Amino acid sequence: MTALPLDLQILNALAALLLLVSFAMLSQRRIVTLVSLLALQGALLCAATLLLAWRTGENHLYLSAALTLALKVIFLPWLLYRLIRRLGVYWDTEPLLNISGTMLVGLLIVVFAFGLAQPIAALASTAMRSAIGIAVAVVLLAFLTMITRRKAMSQVVGFLSMENGLFFGAMSATYGMPMIVELGVALDVLVAMLVLGVFFFQIREQFDSLDLHHLEALKEED
Amino acid sequence: MAHEQFFIDPFNVFLVTLTAFVGFTTSLFSRPYMRVEVARGRLTPGRLRLFHSMYQLFMATMLTALTTNNLGLLWVMMEAATLSTVLLVTLYRTPAALEAGWKYFILCGVGIAQALFGTILLYFAAEKVLGAAGVSALLWTHLDAVKDELEPVVLGLAFVFLLVGYGTKAGLAPLHNWLPDAHAEGPTPISAVLSGLLLNVAIYAVVRCKVLVEGSLHSPLPSRMLMGFGLLSVVLAAFFLWRQRDIKRLFAYSSIEHMGIIAFAFGMGGAVANFAALLHMTVHSLTKSAIFFAVGHAAQKTGTQIMERIRGLITTSPTVGWGLMLGSLAILGLPPFGVFASEFLILTTAMREQPWATPILLAGLGVAFAAIFGRVQPMVFGETTAKRLPHPPALLPVFVHLALVLMLGLFIPPWLAEWYRAAAHLIGGQ
Repeated sequence: MTALPLDLQILNALAALLLLVSFAMLSQRRIVTLVSLLALQGALLCAATLLLAWRTGENHLYLSAALTLALKVIFLPWLLYRLIRRLGVYWDTEPLLNISGTMLVGLLIVVFAFGLAQPIAALASTAMRSAIGIAVAVVLLAFLTMITRRKAMSQVVGFLSMENGLFFGAMSATYGMPMIVELGVALDVLVAMLVLGVFFFQIREQFDSLDLHHLEALKEED
Repeated sequence: MAHEQFFIDPFNVFLVTLTAFVGFTTSLFSRPYMRVEVARGRLTPGRLRLFHSMYQLFMATMLTALTTNNLGLLWVMMEAATLSTVLLVTLYRTPAALEAGWKYFILCGVGIAQALFGTILLYFAAEKVLGAAGVSALLWTHLDAVKDELEPVVLGLAFVFLLVGYGTKAGLAPLHNWLPDAHAEGPTPISAVLSGLLLNVAIYAVVRCKVLVEGSLHSPLPSRMLMGFGLLSVVLAAFFLWRQRDIKRLFAYSSIEHMGIIAFAFGMGGAVANFAALLHMTVHSLTKSAIFFAVGHAAQKTGTQIMERIRGLITTSPTVGWGLMLGSLAILGLPPFGVFASEFLILTTAMREQPWATPILLAGLGVAFAAIFGRVQPMVFGETTAKRLPHPPALLPVFVHLALVLMLGLFIPPWLAEWYRAAAHLIGGQ
């Protein structure tokens, strides 16, 4: 078996780290740390994009790396930190499923993700096709994070992590989407977060808390 | 290739017309309606400005989504449509409105993320055939030209994600939970455009993708999935209709039912079913927005959305009463309205091609008829002690919409029929 070139080894290591960060998010209950993990995930994504851009010589990847850095490593974490400080939400309550249980479900999800990615990876001609499974796993783990949390803020972090996973998937399968789409997606994420910022203050004003159990009144009446 | 980013073909031309028309009449309706809301103190002038600007933004995203040739841009615009309406659903800032807005944001956000994954997979398959130039590989016209060569395994997987993603936005069961809440808690003009326009555009996105996937897969799998989700929505909505007390929730569930019928018809495919589905999209959109206009006035006059407290509209405000009654009869598929024509076509095609589904559809329609008519009748004709209102409300948009639906039931102009026929052919009518 021949050894992979060094840059590919680094890329695969970055992919593995991404998965690790997703698991860390799954187990983390401190919201500030959760946001830091999100920023770390963004930074890993940015590094992987840069390395891939250098390796393939695809110029538009440099641009998306810059976009990732500006949006996901700097701006969004800053916005979320600020929101946390101003709203004073530091801890999530006990998750709906205990942490070890969630981790076990997470493991199963990773196995499932690799199974799902198998036919895609078999067809991909990119250097990082082995990472497609990881991208799918990141998306599904983020989904799991969202459904096991009660605080609005943790759900939002899960949402952004899902977007990171999708971005990584696009990168490893096709070296990124066309620029216009990538710009559009980034704009949507940005606007979504700004809307959420406004929204959080509305929720707080109304309920004095960001706990989502206040938002369970609308049910079908019997 | 910049000139290829936007396009008009028979499938989107009538939707653009419909969207622009309903958008226009809704804005005519919303100006006096929202003014009363401000006068009643439910809104501040600042929030009224937010409403009007976000409404325009929403219309822009809808029209761009319909005319863009780029499937990536279509995704971006669908997401932008959600974002521009989230703050409109929460406009009244009541606890219920905030909850509805949050549900809308998270469910549609997660749903649309699935659609993005589907779009990425589509791009992945397209890039192999069209080359990595990047620009043309997401253009629908280019994809349509090479759909036979696209990798079936990847496209099949992509369709699952696209259907779940855009299906969430179209309110197909079981991912419909956001829809009744958002309709009931948001301001009425927004309920009208969500039901009348956004759901149509989401179905449009699903069908565009289905054309590509079916061309590649050569199997009835995408059609069966559409039919399955469609029937499930019809049945689920029919039974939830019985449990509603809020008038806007009632008609929101009726929208889910009709989206189910449309999805089922597109799933059956073939020239007649596609034609009927397109006609049904048009008449549902016109009728449902007319109903919401009437419902908005009724709720505003009586000060409640709870149906048991709305009684005798025919004496207090005859135009609202007649508007609501005629609108309900039209949406329930009574002849000679246009909904009857399209549902009749769908049912007869189903009898021939998918006989097993006919009883389910008929039962769903019957249950919905009983549920809606049983509730609308006392609201309009019931006994009331309230006095007749001094000024009749301006309900021109309601009657214009209903007149158009009536006309479509009796006579479809040749040019419109030609659009439908060409579109039905385009989306796979053999």
